[in-house]
Amino acid sequence: MQSRSEQHHGERDTEQTLGASPAVKRRVVRMWTEAGIAAIKALPVILMVFSLAGILGWVERKGSALIQDRIGANRASIFGFAGAGLVNTLFADPLKFLTKEDIIPLRADRLLHTLAPCVSLFPVLVTFAVIPFGDVLQVGGRTINLQVAPLGIGVLYVLAMASLAVYGVVLGGWASNDRFSLMGSIRGSAQMVSYEIGMGLSLVSMVMTYGSLDLQEMVRAQGALIGGWIPAWGILYQPVAFLLFLCAGIAESKRVPFDLPEAESELVSGYFTEYSGIKHLMFFMTDFVEVTVVAALVTTIFFGGWQLPYLGRDGFHFPWGASLMLPQVIVAVLQVLTFMAKVFFFCCFQILIRWSLPRFRYDQVMRLGWKGLLPIALLNVLATAVIVLAFQG
Amino acid sequence: MGPILFCVFAVLLISSALGVIVNRSPVRSALSLVVTLFLLAVIFLFLDAQLVAALQVVVYAGAIMVLFLFVIMLLNVQEDRQIMTRLGMRAGAAIIGALFLLGAIRLLIHAPSAAGGGMTGATPAGFGSTERLAEVLFTRYLLPFEVTSVLLLVAIIGAVVLAKRSLE
Amino acid sequence: MTTVPIDWYLILGAVLFTIGVLGVLVRRNIIIIFMSIEIMLNAVNLVFVALARQLHSMDGQVVVFFVMTVAAAEAAVGLAIIIAAFRNRQTLNADELSLLRW
Repeated sequence: MQSRSEQHHGERDTEQTLGASPAVKRRVVRMWTEAGIAAIKALPVILMVFSLAGILGWVERKGSALIQDRIGANRASIFGFAGAGLVNTLFADPLKFLTKEDIIPLRADRLLHTLAPCVSLFPVLVTFAVIPFGDVLQVGGRTINLQVAPLGIGVLYVLAMASLAVYGVVLGGWASNDRFSLMGSIRGSAQMVSYEIGMGLSLVSMVMTYGSLDLQEMVRAQGALIGGWIPAWGILYQPVAFLLFLCAGIAESKRVPFDLPEAESELVSGYFTEYSGIKHLMFFMTDFVEVTVVAALVTTIFFGGWQLPYLGRDGFHFPWGASLMLPQVIVAVLQVLTFMAKVFFFCCFQILIRWSLPRFRYDQVMRLGWKGLLPIALLNVLATAVIVLAFQG
Repeated sequence: MGPILFCVFAVLLISSALGVIVNRSPVRSALSLVVTLFLLAVIFLFLDAQLVAALQVVVYAGAIMVLFLFVIMLLNVQEDRQIMTRLGMRAGAAIIGALFLLGAIRLLIHAPSAAGGGMTGATPAGFGSTERLAEVLFTRYLLPFEVTSVLLLVAIIGAVVLAKRSLE
Repeated sequence: MTTVPIDWYLILGAVLFTIGVLGVLVRRNIIIIFMSIEIMLNAVNLVFVALARQLHSMDGQVVVFFVMTVAAAEAAVGLAIIIAAFRNRQTLNADELSLLRW
């Protein structure tokens, strides 16, 4: 490609492409191969996310029952086997959602009413494209980076998808033609927009610490060892940013204690009151997928992602000198399992927070976002900048 | 491959832009504009401008358009009964539109087509990435950058003052 | 994507700009007029990015950065003005907001 001289006019290049010289053919084949590999990587990620969202529904119901000293869902059973509420949550509830009648309110905008759940679910699912779930997989002479889309601007992509998530809320409330849904949606979107800033600024300090916007680079940098013993996870460098990001993330996904937009005791279901059946299921899924997204991001940026301490690409290298060689495939599997375990831990952590804390009032939410998180995040950025410059100079 | 993809996105872009000016309901116009901005971000990716594409989605599609939708919902803007209210306006709009388009195309096509590196030449390493943009932004364009931050401060204060219900 | 000649991007930018101009001229709802202005700004952004790619210069993308920032500031203040005007005149029709016309 570099040998082509600059004098070729645009039209000549088009003809050459359609005529398909061997160099161009190879490029096209390589492009389709890479797209195919990305698609194959995306499939297990999507399956993992959906199954995790389903399991989280069960953890939520049974876990909350445990915390509140009651039994929880246990009525649905197949031939007497109730599976501790699994049959109820994983079979009965989805069946109920899928077979319910789809009601669109009388004067609501039909197109927007159908579009809102899709617009709500799409950005949160697509965020998983940049989250690395493993290091590399060396198979068939090819080194596959275990991240669906190796974007150089990974963190910005996450922020972009977080911004797009507001549309589901905005449209959901508006398209219901219901003043209480509209109130819930305006509160919800104002809250989401306010906490995006805190989230963005806490990520800025992490970007400064690691010097890269690419999430896979950040995770790889956390494989280093401080003093030869302690894994250099993000939380050790930036505990304040971790707290800010966790707080902002929970506020973004409108979970308790920030769930006034969907306060069950006040607004029925807030902005998705007027949705039934599959649309309600999609909004509900968005909630759990957002929990997974926040957990995955916290794991990736602050807790080492897929890094298992002392595990390198070829096996364990313990700091006291011992080492254990493992085939690369086993290492990759271990790393993926580590990632999933950490994500599951943080999902359960968020569910624990939900059932322990009371709900914030709306003005308290706004005050915390603008007068609390924003100044602290800015000071954190300033302090990080000073320290990074001091260590570089 | 390239031209086909470009044509597909160009057609989608023009139809969503037309959707903005033709829709009677302001909410649907706003959503058409969001789609337009998103498609433009994709075209920026074709042009090796990754940071600008990400910023387009974060700033334009994710913040400015949400603000538009807020205002439309707050003011409860109703559907326009008809989008062109004066007689003869359709003919006038068509003529002005055609003249303007021809003039704009004539002006732009006289831009140097083979100057610089050209569209087919390989770009310098990391073209369009955050690092390259930051290098230029914080050295040669530092003064406009600082002035822009003051501008944003003024805009925040202005917006708050203008939209407050009363000043006492 | 580099096999697409620059002229195609410039024509696309011109078409988008014209659509924006038509929106400003034809529609009477102030918010739609404002959205058409945003289309015009984005058409200009497209031309800048295309020429930046043509000339291999990051300056075009820096200008786009500034245009986006200014557009954000303008949108905030403009929408605040629209809200204030609506509170006073109860109308969003540009023909009826004619107090300053002589």
